[in-house]
Amino acid sequence: MISALFTYEFLQNAFLSGLIIGVIAPLLGLFIVVRRLALIADALSHVALAGIAGSLFLSQSVLMFSALNPVYLGMASAVGGSLLIEKLRGAYKHFEELAIPIILSTGIGFGAIFISLAKGFGSDLVGYLFGSVSAVSRQDLWVVVIIAVVVVAFIRFFYKEMFALSFDKEYAKVSGINGKFIQIVFMIIVALVIGASMRIVGILLVSSLMTIPVAAAMQLAKSFKGALVYSIVIGELSVLIGLFSAFHLDIAPGGTIVITSIIILLLVLGWTKMKGKQPSKKAKEEFA
Amino acid sequence: MTKTIIECNDVNFRYEHSTVLENISLDVKEGEFWALIGPNGSGKSTLINIILGLLKADKGTVKLFGQNVDSFKQRERIGYVSQKSNSFNSGFPATVLEVVKSGLTRKVGLFKGFSKHDEQKALDSLRIVKMEDFASKNIGELSGGQQQRVFIARALVGEPDLLIMDEPTVGIDQKNVASFYSMLNELNGEHGIAILLVTHEIDLVTELATHVACLNRSIHFHGMQSDYKKMNDTDISLWYGHPVRRVHQEQKGI
Repeated sequence: MISALFTYEFLQNAFLSGLIIGVIAPLLGLFIVVRRLALIADALSHVALAGIAGSLFLSQSVLMFSALNPVYLGMASAVGGSLLIEKLRGAYKHFEELAIPIILSTGIGFGAIFISLAKGFGSDLVGYLFGSVSAVSRQDLWVVVIIAVVVVAFIRFFYKEMFALSFDKEYAKVSGINGKFIQIVFMIIVALVIGASMRIVGILLVSSLMTIPVAAAMQLAKSFKGALVYSIVIGELSVLIGLFSAFHLDIAPGGTIVITSIIILLLVLGWTKMKGKQPSKKAKEEFA
Repeated sequence: MTKTIIECNDVNFRYEHSTVLENISLDVKEGEFWALIGPNGSGKSTLINIILGLLKADKGTVKLFGQNVDSFKQRERIGYVSQKSNSFNSGFPATVLEVVKSGLTRKVGLFKGFSKHDEQKALDSLRIVKMEDFASKNIGELSGGQQQRVFIARALVGEPDLLIMDEPTVGIDQKNVASFYSMLNELNGEHGIAILLVTHEIDLVTELATHVACLNRSIHFHGMQSDYKKMNDTDISLWYGHPVRRVHQEQKGI
């Protein structure tokens, strides 16, 4: 793959996009998981599916849309979905989680309608659902780069506010942190990252890249910063191994990336379980 | 002249079907240690939430440091400790030091990270609550009493003038409750921090507090601890709505 990487632009696009997504997806994922919002990424990716399907359908029937990159409409609908989730969470204060299945079903509903209207999209849609090594254009790569800059800037400038809000929302509110504004910006950024990751990981698997590396990292880390670093390292490893396997086996990278992260998670769980069973040095001394 | 830092004036509040607070007027001044006592459902937590600006009173006004609570911006002047069980997920991947530093978030300001100086402040705060040796431990590994000390350190790190605590000893064993309260006494006596403490433990806390307020929908008594001690148990039982017998600390051997 190394020599092909220098030869083919599409491979460079896929590889670089993958590397960037491997950082930003788990970076945001940690904040999503600790706030118990893991399913939000799933809901938004399904809303993105509606946008993609809508765009593909419109490109068949309206000339103006034929040149539009479906990723843009996918991203726009994910952003719209993220704002709707926030609105619904406000409406159901005591059952905030209800917002997620409502938006998820809305996304699938619209997606199914557009796919039916267009009588299927063939390989185009499969690429969006499960990712594709060959479909990432230079334009897609630039979109990923711009979104990554936004994500890194957001985390750099709002890290301490995000930590305070994630750890103890009530305390953050009492100390005067503007949680509402930060939450809305955060949700929009999550939606953008989902939109940006679709080409590589695929709509159906993008949420797993945000949550599985974090699940493994939380088994290893004692500190929040540690969890952040482990999440990114595991995310990057999953993307690298996943992309190499997808290229050599000629299959969708979404599947290989996610299965790699699952294997890493299982190894981490096994290792922490074994470590837990081993008597500590102190216990050994006491027993002796 | 000692300044008033909390002024509740004729505060009323009702949830959908019931009145929770009626005509509450209460002043807390610099350096005072107030114990807010009352039975379950008496409106103690509601009053604290109104004072903190988390709930809005239907009638009446609340001022913090002379400013209306709605427009009060100097939030770093208040340290807050809630009931442990309500406030955080024990599986959260964070060290004690990270948690304490988060108490400086507002003070440090937007777009900035924590400096070495902030880290030192967090360590100093942990020293006050005698938890400095636990700085690098995961917060979930600590006992309930130790976690509450960490949350007090978080509340203290911004060097507040007022500490508000809503039943901070819920879920903590009796032995640790006594040492927890003696630490509060030290914070109030030596560091001059005003304290407003909501509690069920009327025996223990009224020995330490300088002032006591008894709340059951309305305020039945508020004043100096010495005056509260002169009250007889029958009157207090009437306010509580069930028999109450206060046990003096000498009797408990604390």
